[in-house]
This record gives sequence, C-alpha cells and structure tokens, in this order.
Amino acid sequence: MLEIDNLSHVYGGGGPNAHHAIEALNLSVAEGELLCIVGPSGCGKSTLLRSIAGLITPTGGQVKVEGQVVRQTPDNLAVVFQDYSRSLFPWMSVADNVALPLRRKNMDKRQRREAAHEALESVGLSGAGRKYPFQLSGGMQQRVAIARALAYRPTLMLMDEPFGSVDAQTREDLEDLVLKVRSHHQMTIVLITHDIDESVYVGDRVVILSKAPAHVVGDLKVDLPAPRDQITTREHPDFVHLRAEVGRLVRGHATV
Amino acid sequence: MSAQTLARPRPASTAIRWSRRAAGALAFAALIELVSRTGLVDPQFLPPATEILARAAALTADPEFLAHALTSLIAWAAGLGLAVVIAVPLGLLLGSVPIVDAATRSVVEFLRPIPSVALIPLVSLLIGTGTQVRITLAVYASLWPILYNTMYGLRLVDPLAKESLRSYGFGPLAMLRRVSFPSSAPFITTGIRLAAAVALILVVSTEIVAGRGEGIGVFMFYAGIAVPARMTDILAAVLWVGLFGVLVNAVLVAAERRAFRWHHARMGETP
Repeated sequence: MLEIDNLSHVYGGGGPNAHHAIEALNLSVAEGELLCIVGPSGCGKSTLLRSIAGLITPTGGQVKVEGQVVRQTPDNLAVVFQDYSRSLFPWMSVADNVALPLRRKNMDKRQRREAAHEALESVGLSGAGRKYPFQLSGGMQQRVAIARALAYRPTLMLMDEPFGSVDAQTREDLEDLVLKVRSHHQMTIVLITHDIDESVYVGDRVVILSKAPAHVVGDLKVDLPAPRDQITTREHPDFVHLRAEVGRLVRGHATV
Repeated sequence: MSAQTLARPRPASTAIRWSRRAAGALAFAALIELVSRTGLVDPQFLPPATEILARAAALTADPEFLAHALTSLIAWAAGLGLAVVIAVPLGLLLGSVPIVDAATRSVVEFLRPIPSVALIPLVSLLIGTGTQVRITLAVYASLWPILYNTMYGLRLVDPLAKESLRSYGFGPLAMLRRVSFPSSAPFITTGIRLAAAVALILVVSTEIVAGRGEGIGVFMFYAGIAVPARMTDILAAVLWVGLFGVLVNAVLVAAERRAFRWHHARMGETP
C-alpha cells in the first residue's frame, strides 16, 4: 500500500543552516493497516507525512502509494491536520466544507451533498451541516475534518497529530471514532502522534522514530484484543507492557 | 472574586448608539445656529443651520439640482464600479504572483502617494472637462484602497487552509478561487468601502475645479462665484454629499457584518 524507501529530507539546502529532518527512513505499510508513528517533538514526523501526501518533495529517496511514486498529491488520499480551526474553511458551512473536496471526483451537486451528509452522520454530526465551523467546539470541528476526509473515500488516510488540540475526554472519543470508521471503511490509516498511550491504543502497529534526522528505531506489532475499550484495553497487561516498550524506545533516542 | 468585577460594560445597543450620534449632530447644528444668529460669524459666510436645512429640503424638489445630483451619482457609481473591476483582479494577480508584484512595485510605489486631486488640472487638459474626467480620476484614486486591501487580504490567507485544499489534489487556480479569494473577501470589501468615499471626494472635487457641465460640484461652483455667493446653496449641497457618504458607508458596514460573520468571529469581535 505504502512504501517508503530510503527517504531523506533536508530543509534549507546544503548551507550551514540546513536542517536534516529525515535521513534514510524505510517503512512499508500494508493495505488496511492502522499504523501509528510516534517520535519526540520536532523529530520530522510532519515532514514525513507531508512527503507521503506529496505536499513537499523530499530531497532524497522516494515514497510509493499503491505502487506509484508520489510526485504530487496521490488520488484517494486524505489528510487530517492537527489544527482543525485552520484547515477547515471558515467561510463555508460545515456541509460545504465536507463536500468541497468531492469536486475532484466525478460527482454532481446532489451526490456531493448526500456524501457529505452521510460522512457527517458517521462522525455523529448529522445535525450540524448548516452551521459554520466557528459555531462548533474544537472536538466537533475535528470531527468535521475527519468527515471531510471520510467523504472523500480515501484508500489512505493520513492524520497529523489529529487529537493534539482537544481535551482528554474529547480525545478518547475521537480515538474511538477513528477505530469505528476504520472498521466501517476499508482504508489504510497512518496516524502521527506524540502520545505513546494513544499510539498503542489505536494502532495495529507502532513505529517509533528517532529525534531528527528521523529514522525508524522501533517497529512493534500491537496484538490487543478487539474491540478496544478505553478502560479494559488500557489495563490489559499487553497494553501496559507495550506502552512501556514504546516509551523506552522514544525516550532512549529523545535524550542526548 | 465577585461577579461584579468580571462583568464587562455591555456594548450599547444600536438604538442607543444612533441616538447618541443624532444628539451629537443636533448639538453641532445648534452651535452653527447660535454663532450665526448672534452674528459671531457673519451669516453671509455661515448661514444659520435651520436655513441650511430648509434649503436642503427645498433642493429635493428642485429639478435642476436633482439633475446635478444624478450626474454626480452616475459618475461616482461608474468610477467605483470600474475601480472594483480593475483593482480586484489586479490585486489578486499581484498578491499571488510574487514576480509580477516585484516587477511593478516601483511604479506602484511612485504613483500611489501622488494626491489624486493634484491630477485634476493635468487630466482635464488631456481629456477635457466632461464626465470622463470625473470617472477617470475617481477610478484612479479609488483603485489604491481596493488594490492594497486585496493584496493585504491575500497575504493573510492561512497557509494551512491552502495546504488542506492542495492535499485533495486541487491546483493553483482552484486554490485562488476556493481559498484565497473567499478568505480575503472581507478585506476586499473594506477596500471597496474606503474607495467609495474616495470616489465621492474625487467626483465632487473634479466638478468644482472643472466648473462646467452638470454635477453637484458644478452646482456648488456656480453658487460660489455668484455675487453675493449663495452660501446656503453651497452648504445644503455639502450636507447632501455628506449624508450620501454616511449612508453608503453604513450600508457597506452592515453588509460586511452580515456576509462575513465568520471573519468577525475569528477576529474575536462580537458579531
């Protein structure tokens, strides 16, 4: 599904201020997998995500999505950014926000509206279509952003610290929402987070990155019983063991 | 902490705000009335406010004055309309293609500070004294606020909003249409509102300086050169021009608040 081959990215050319964000990173993600990428702050996680999405051109190596080398944004890919208040368009109603990307698909107005309505329903916001983003809470706005991605029916959904800006309770709700939509839609999800517990709770697999320049320092399979539950999963011995393992890997490379 | 200290003064309601403004205008009129009636200022130069108001009311039934006013109104609307049609696309172009901006910057920076009123004699020499001069100068002067506000609005477009759209595979033109333009629309509208006042100033000034044909400024010009000067006519016409400016501004402010509620919510104002 997703192949990352010897990826490197340097900001600022080769000069003295050059910043090596990623170096020789290899990673492959299987179809239908929910992969969490964890790493210390500023380690180049977002650079990795932007390279996958074709939003930046990496200075070395390549990314392949469904066998195609990424040169511009691949079709059937959707991104959910951390900052929902900036990634949603404030001048559009919620329903129009969700329907807008569907202009890229071969859909008429009615089909777009129906798809938007359906996506909003699946994130529990069926009544909010006519509202504007500023009239919704942060958690609801992020649900809209997720609905916008879902309506697009991507085969690959990238999420860049999607729950970093919401309170703890909302965060748990949104984690469960991701697990739910994932089981309904056949799609591969790559979720970037700095939250170790979240990565183990949500992921099928957790990849740990080093501090910049980022490369893979750990790759753990998460074999927790399904369906996951905020209380029982988090007290499961395997969960406790895994989060400790991920924590050690993150920390081991976070300290200088 | 008591609730008292947390309470902020509530913004005045529309009715209260308007009555305060009316009180201010009334006090000003009373002052004019006073200095004129007492002879503190020669009534020849400053007639009493009641006389100005009476004359202003009478002018609404004067077909000659109405023809003057209509001519000016058409020149104003044409000038502002053309300025919008030219400046908005130009601003979008300059604001989104840095190389064009860089190439034209020196010319723009040279032209912008020239007071447009100073160009009236020059342009009159070039293209006569008819309506075309008024429109030309109104267009020229009202271009700037629209152009600058459009470019400023484009600079404030959130890069993440653009990136979101780009992540769904939209190209640069879709970006301009779907993100950059709607996002800068509140700024463009503010530019148009400022330009509406500038266009009015230019139309009336050009009419006064040119002193020929029809127009509210021409009406003032003739009232001014009459012996003795018809001061009441001049001030009544000034009153109508001023009221028109206030009205246009109020309508545009209301339209902005209504259309760009999202923008005001974002800027942290009470809508």
